[in-house]
Amino acid sequence: MMKLKALLGSALLVLVPMAATASPQSDLEAFQAYFHKKFPTVSMAEFGNGTYAIDPSSRESWEAIEEFPPYEPMIEEGENLWNTPFANGKTYADCFPDGPSQRVNYPRWDAAGKRVVTMELAINECREANGEKPLKYKKGELASLAAYMAHQSRGQTIDIKVPEGDADAMAAYEDGKNFYYSRRGQLNLSCSHCHVMYSGSHLRAEMLSPALGHTSGWPVYRAKWGELGTLHRRFGGCNEQVRAKAFDAQSPEYRNLEYFLSFMGNGVEYNGPSSRR
Amino acid sequence: MIHAFSRLALIFLVGLMMSGPLFADSADDGKKVAFDRTKGNCLACHLMGDGESPGDIGPPLVAMKARFPDRAKLRAQIWDATVANPESIMLPFGRHHILTEEEIDQVVDYLYTL
Ligand code: HEC
Ligand code: HEC
Repeated sequence: MMKLKALLGSALLVLVPMAATASPQSDLEAFQAYFHKKFPTVSMAEFGNGTYAIDPSSRESWEAIEEFPPYEPMIEEGENLWNTPFANGKTYADCFPDGPSQRVNYPRWDAAGKRVVTMELAINECREANGEKPLKYKKGELASLAAYMAHQSRGQTIDIKVPEGDADAMAAYEDGKNFYYSRRGQLNLSCSHCHVMYSGSHLRAEMLSPALGHTSGWPVYRAKWGELGTLHRRFGGCNEQVRAKAFDAQSPEYRNLEYFLSFMGNGVEYNGPSSRR
Repeated sequence: MIHAFSRLALIFLVGLMMSGPLFADSADDGKKVAFDRTKGNCLACHLMGDGESPGDIGPPLVAMKARFPDRAKLRAQIWDATVANPESIMLPFGRHHILTEEEIDQVVDYLYTL
């Protein structure tokens, strides 16, 4: 039993189809070329639509849902939150002087803090700097704020930078990449098994979405959740589905994972919030 | 008349071979294990038998006896698919204790009815 626990705790590395010494830029080229070859008719913009970009059988009902999107009230809630001053009289605009259309600035490498800063983390750090309690990271008000900000940012293009010559940024990127290609959990699966190797195949009735563009449409209103959820909530769900322990939302592990996965999606348009099954 | 009778006999014989009394119970149990989402969940990836909405990640599991005459080899694929293919997505049901040894034997019995 001890042995089993140790086994499940450790993530076993899968042979990565990219050389270990490759630069982020050459990783990106190999990654995107793989998906363009696998789905030759899917445009970069379409890759932001997850499984609906490649599955005609679910596309139609999804388009119908997007006509009257279930996340609309949350965008409004987010806008109200954005405009409501903190107890000290300041607002989010004091932390984000360029306004709510911030999506393109995150996740970014914070060289001084030697860490990846996501938009959700920046929202909570803004609150704390102004004497407010941080919000929960997976759903609720924070997801609504992110939905408003994402909506205001629609049409921006993912453009993540791993600063050249910054060894710490490179290490965070590599950490996220290793996470993505590592087998984990009792079921022994990596993210790449489902979303790279077998993207486009069916797991039971569900078509597996391609990893390219996976970070573009968040937060997401999922019918299964009946509410909005953040990207890290989904990371946790996908970890638990292979019977691995999920990491905390906004843990260094998930922020590095988001950094890697976002970088792989450079060039795809931000189109959040969006709806999913 | 004789023709119809021999056809019946043939159907009976084939039936006996496919669900021989020796394996019937175990194969039935194996089917349950294979279809159960919390156990084998083989249908997530394979078309097999009359299982509903199967996935298409792995090959259809048909004509198993003809294709896998060596029972040990078939069992080994289920116990740990990464031995034959280190990159396999198929779960190592035995090595990671996802199924018990007995359940794996039952699943093999079921596979031999396909
Ligand atoms: C056992 C298969 C499996 C594994 C392993 C897996 N996922 Fe998923 N994932 C799914 C399924 C099924 C869905 C829902 C259908 C879809 O969009 O692909 C999904 C959805 C997602 C989505 C939402 C996509 C969208 O457009 O809404 C993201 C993001 C995601 N997974 C990331 C990951 C990450 C990161 C990992 C590893 C930590 C991972 N997945 C591991 C099966 C898996
Ligand atoms: C997550 C996906 C997945 C699941 C779940 C899965 N398999 Fe597989 N299986 C595969 C793949 C992919 C192959 C192809 C060979 C390989 O990569 O190992 C395969 C191959 C096989 C083969 C060899 C078939 C052949 O024609 O060569 C058998 C037998 C088999 N699986 C049985 C099972 C059984 C029984 C279960 C459930 C107890 C199961 N599989 C669950 C993915 C899966």
